[in-house]
Amino acid sequence: MSNIEERVKKIVCEQLGVKEEEVKPASSFVDDLGADSLDTVELVMALEEEFETEIPDEDAEKLTTVQEAIDYIVANL
Amino acid sequence: MTKRRVVVTGLGTVNPLGLDVETTWQALCQGKSGIGPITHFDASSYSTQIVGLVKDFDVTSVMSAKEARKLDLFLQYALVAADQALKDAALPEDTDFDRVGVAAGSGIGGLNTIEQNYQQLEKSGPRRVSPFLVPAAVINMAAGNIAIRHGLRGPNFAITTACTTGTHNIGYAARTIAYGDADVMLAGGAEGSSSPLGIAGFAAARAMSTRNDEPEKASRPWDKDRDGFVLSDGAAMLVLESLEHAQARGAKIYGEVVGLGMSDDAHHVTSPPEDGSGARKAMENALRDAGVAPEQVGYINAHGTSTQVGDIAETQAIKTLFGDHAYKLAVSSTKSMTGHLLGAAGAIEAMITVLALQNGKIPPTINLDNPDEGCDLDYVPHTARDADIEYAISNSFGFGGTNGSLLFKRFDG
Repeated sequence: MSNIEERVKKIVCEQLGVKEEEVKPASSFVDDLGADSLDTVELVMALEEEFETEIPDEDAEKLTTVQEAIDYIVANL
Repeated sequence: MTKRRVVVTGLGTVNPLGLDVETTWQALCQGKSGIGPITHFDASSYSTQIVGLVKDFDVTSVMSAKEARKLDLFLQYALVAADQALKDAALPEDTDFDRVGVAAGSGIGGLNTIEQNYQQLEKSGPRRVSPFLVPAAVINMAAGNIAIRHGLRGPNFAITTACTTGTHNIGYAARTIAYGDADVMLAGGAEGSSSPLGIAGFAAARAMSTRNDEPEKASRPWDKDRDGFVLSDGAAMLVLESLEHAQARGAKIYGEVVGLGMSDDAHHVTSPPEDGSGARKAMENALRDAGVAPEQVGYINAHGTSTQVGDIAETQAIKTLFGDHAYKLAVSSTKSMTGHLLGAAGAIEAMITVLALQNGKIPPTINLDNPDEGCDLDYVPHTARDADIEYAISNSFGFGGTNGSLLFKRFDG
């Protein structure tokens, strides 16, 4: 679990160019971390790659915060 | 309607000779070559293994790594050159940015990005194609990104005419100002086509030099032993401004854009006709646009790519148009040093032409050891030369037979 959390946070940092301390569980990708619509598409792609899974578009749309992404990965791995 | 006069008030470039205008100009006057071996991928199976790369380029000096990741190389070059040119022009904060525009193109666009994403598509399927593929690859994104970065809300366009791209963009940017649609235009071109597919494509067209053992001697316009052009990356941007606007703010003025001439060969996709009739018409139209007589021209920065047919055709065009004066004016090809920057070629050469007028110095044609038969003009071989020039032409000719000539005048105040 904590491993997944760290891996998600690492990807968020890489993709959105933000510092680790800025990435909190409640952080919104768009509102808090400066992502635009294209950034979020690429972020989901990076998560799919990292966790070797496929996140359908209808699920991807619901992943708006760091915690939601972590929960989704945990539930679907 | 009277045409407004247009002057050059800012310059910027990154290219195989340097990462700024001053370094580039010094290298040109010293007759240095920017060409070297291909080091950015394994080119051992390629017929051409030489290229003009932009060396020691660090885009993170002007933007975050995150921003840079979304931009193809040609866009990064464009943005850095634009930053330099705008800084050089030093437009005051109270400038009306609704009347500042951008005209910047590329010959090919985001080829590196297209290639990388195609590899992803083949390897991992459509879900692995980047959402940034299209905005990083489309040619007008140089003009678009420059506008966004600097808040330039005036006319924004990208003329795409292969190797004439830079020339056409500068010419039409000048006309946009002359006509009154803008007061200031950032104009030029950018190219980053030295990707495996780019090199392979031009090699397949048998257009490029294969002098792989002597990269610095490979670009040799008008020389008997020339065997094609050398592909280069880079960008150049010029700030153009109405004379009135520039003088009102006390701007430094490099030179004046006085004419644009255009034509097409209507002949063949990659080769000009031997008599260079299309090239002649472009130069003739530029002179007519400015109301300048052929005898007033002191220097031509030639297209001079170092190809068999092209070099002869341009020489022929100059002889036909200028008659006896063809032997009195100076002609040089700075591609002998920079290589061929495709869509950025016209832009960097416009910049060089303006600097030649301003500094009274003509950069040479290097590697011109044995002029080919019929190539008997004054090509300023090997070493730069001091010259008092009032008018100079910069030529660009592109695939599709598209020709463009810009006529510049020294600015004497």
